[in-house]
Amino acid sequence: MAELTRTEMTRTEMTLRDAVTRGIAQEMRRDESVVFLGEDVASAGGVFKATPGLLAEFGPRRVRDTPISEQAIVGAAAGAAMTGLRPIAEIMFSDFLAVCWDIVANQIAKTRYMTGGQVTFPLVIRTANGGGLRFGAQHSQSVENWAMAVPGLKVVAPSTAADAVGLLAAAVRDPDPVLFFEHKALYPVRFEVPDGELVDELGTAKIVREGRDCTILALAAMVPKALVAADELAASVGIDAMVVDVRSLVPLDTRTICEAVARTGMVVTVEENPRLCGWGAEVVSLLTEEIWADLDGPPIRITTPHVPLPSAAELEDATIPSATRIVEAVRKALT
Amino acid sequence: MTTERTETRASGPADPARRLDLYRLQVELRRFEKRAYDLFMRNLVKGTSHLSLGQEAIAAGVALAMRPDDWTFATYRGHAHTLARGAPMTPVLAELLGRENGLLGGKGGSMHLTSAEHNMMGSYAIVGAHLTLAAGAAWSAQYRESGQVAVCFFGDGATNIGAFHEALNLAAVWSLPVVFVCENNLYMEYTPIGSVTAVPRPAADRAAAYGLEPVVVDGNDADAVYDVASAALDRARRGDGPSLVEAVTYRHGGHSRADPGTYRPDEEVEAWLARDPVTAYRSRLLGEGVEEAELLAVESGVDAAVDRATEEAIEAPPPSAEAILTDVWADGGSSWRN
Ligand SMILES: Cc1ncc(C[n+]2csc(CCOP(=O)(O)OP(=O)(O)O)c2C)c(N)n1
Ligand SMILES: [Mg+2]
Repeated sequence: MAELTRTEMTRTEMTLRDAVTRGIAQEMRRDESVVFLGEDVASAGGVFKATPGLLAEFGPRRVRDTPISEQAIVGAAAGAAMTGLRPIAEIMFSDFLAVCWDIVANQIAKTRYMTGGQVTFPLVIRTANGGGLRFGAQHSQSVENWAMAVPGLKVVAPSTAADAVGLLAAAVRDPDPVLFFEHKALYPVRFEVPDGELVDELGTAKIVREGRDCTILALAAMVPKALVAADELAASVGIDAMVVDVRSLVPLDTRTICEAVARTGMVVTVEENPRLCGWGAEVVSLLTEEIWADLDGPPIRITTPHVPLPSAAELEDATIPSATRIVEAVRKALT
Repeated sequence: MTTERTETRASGPADPARRLDLYRLQVELRRFEKRAYDLFMRNLVKGTSHLSLGQEAIAAGVALAMRPDDWTFATYRGHAHTLARGAPMTPVLAELLGRENGLLGGKGGSMHLTSAEHNMMGSYAIVGAHLTLAAGAAWSAQYRESGQVAVCFFGDGATNIGAFHEALNLAAVWSLPVVFVCENNLYMEYTPIGSVTAVPRPAADRAAAYGLEPVVVDGNDADAVYDVASAALDRARRGDGPSLVEAVTYRHGGHSRADPGTYRPDEEVEAWLARDPVTAYRSRLLGEGVEEAELLAVESGVDAAVDRATEEAIEAPPPSAEAILTDVWADGGSSWRN
């Protein structure tokens, strides 16, 4: 059956940046209350060219260039969300979330709770996250763990173009605030994406490679690296690694994660965030509490060291986890 | 540096029914805040509370000029703004006391009063942040062509934080239907605004930077506030964009809790107490021929309501522990996992 569906489904090749445009357009066509704002997003189509054509299709009422005012961008999204719209706000680089973190973490995340559920914030904050582009430490961080630490925020980070469309659609339709982390190193990568409307489900991880010997949990740009590492492990030392794309940090698909790790008894997290309080630490603590008996050895965390990201190519590449580092860590643990 | 500005005073005699409403509302706010202070001193109001004693004319004058579907955004000094939009006294007082029948079920407290059913969209306790939210609500009104206006109250201190300037600029360039009302009570917590601000009028002197008229109003005169607010609301509804109103006033007490406000010179305090907005308004009404009996009836009615609310709040139980894990998410729960 699955085979049949797949052959029938037509697909188009597109980059992750095209997928972002497609996801936004899909939701704006469907729902008049979806509006989009950010710096350079309308006329210029975004500094990463992830939103070209939206202004032409939806007009300046719905697609709005803003001043360089991160607090006003997310604050306006919040005020609009609590009064009937479903805004998508872009923060150009995720590092800039620090500039408006008050609005995100104090206003958007807490107000529903503080008011006993009187107001809701159906909004999405999209942002270009992560390193690999030699931009230096103020334009390269992976900050999804900041968001994960704040009650009241949902946190999503796709690794493929199809997931970008489907999860973005799910985020827009979700009644709660979602921080949507797009990895800037993935923007130019090409993927096959099914045609037609795509709507995924928040809070779901995906097993993207089956394996018997260990379970590698990865997020965003670490997923393709984990897949390369898994192939290399199979080819070089016959280790059969399962790879799970975590996709959503909040809600966290603990069911899929626990089952996937229990099946192999061995867990490796691959995180681009700096070491301390990365999402992998939370996942590892959960696994040791809940499926301790199923673990055959100590969990392994592969992260960026606890440093700001350096910019020179050789330094940055040696800082962010690579397929080679994953291979070495797994080989060392299992052989 | 001084700027040309519109000094606004009350226009001629107004509709008598509205004036009585303005009086009643100011008395309500006054007596409620006094009761809140008493209950704080009796250790029944925990945590903190920021009263609007002395600033009632602003809350009353603006609220009565608003349409029921207009939105209010306020600060932690928000009891008056919440009551002024029509939230009943009992849940407001009960929230200060942390009771189950509190306006927010005990989850927000004094600084976060919100009554969405009255379009009172919240009280925010990070100085300046909510100006951006008010701009966003105004954007939604503009987008939906609903004719609604967002009104945002904030203190003089908020004019020196970035969010103020971001919100003002965005509201101006997008021509948003929002009225920003600075309640300039001359002090932040303990420091006079004049000692930390580059211009004499913290809000009005910044208006020109956003292409707006500087508007200063006597914040102790409810009629003047009503007139200025009406004009600003009309302007917003006409599609002519935001206004920035500086309402000059003074708090009778300290910044919060039991602060006696001793950092303020005695003569200054006395001069402002002599300009008490509530007693001044009472004299105005009497001077214009309103029967004192009518005013006494208003006052005793308000007193009875405050007493009733006090009883209903004190007698109510604390919230049950189940409330802790509700209402993080729109589904009513708080789960971060499946
Ligand atoms: C961003 C931020 N900084 C500091 C504070 C602490 N704080 C609370 S109220 C206040 C004074 C605010 O003064 P003003 O804006 O004049 O308002 P008022 O209290 O006089 O109504 C300060 C400093 C805060 N809540 N938020
Ligand atoms: Mg002040």
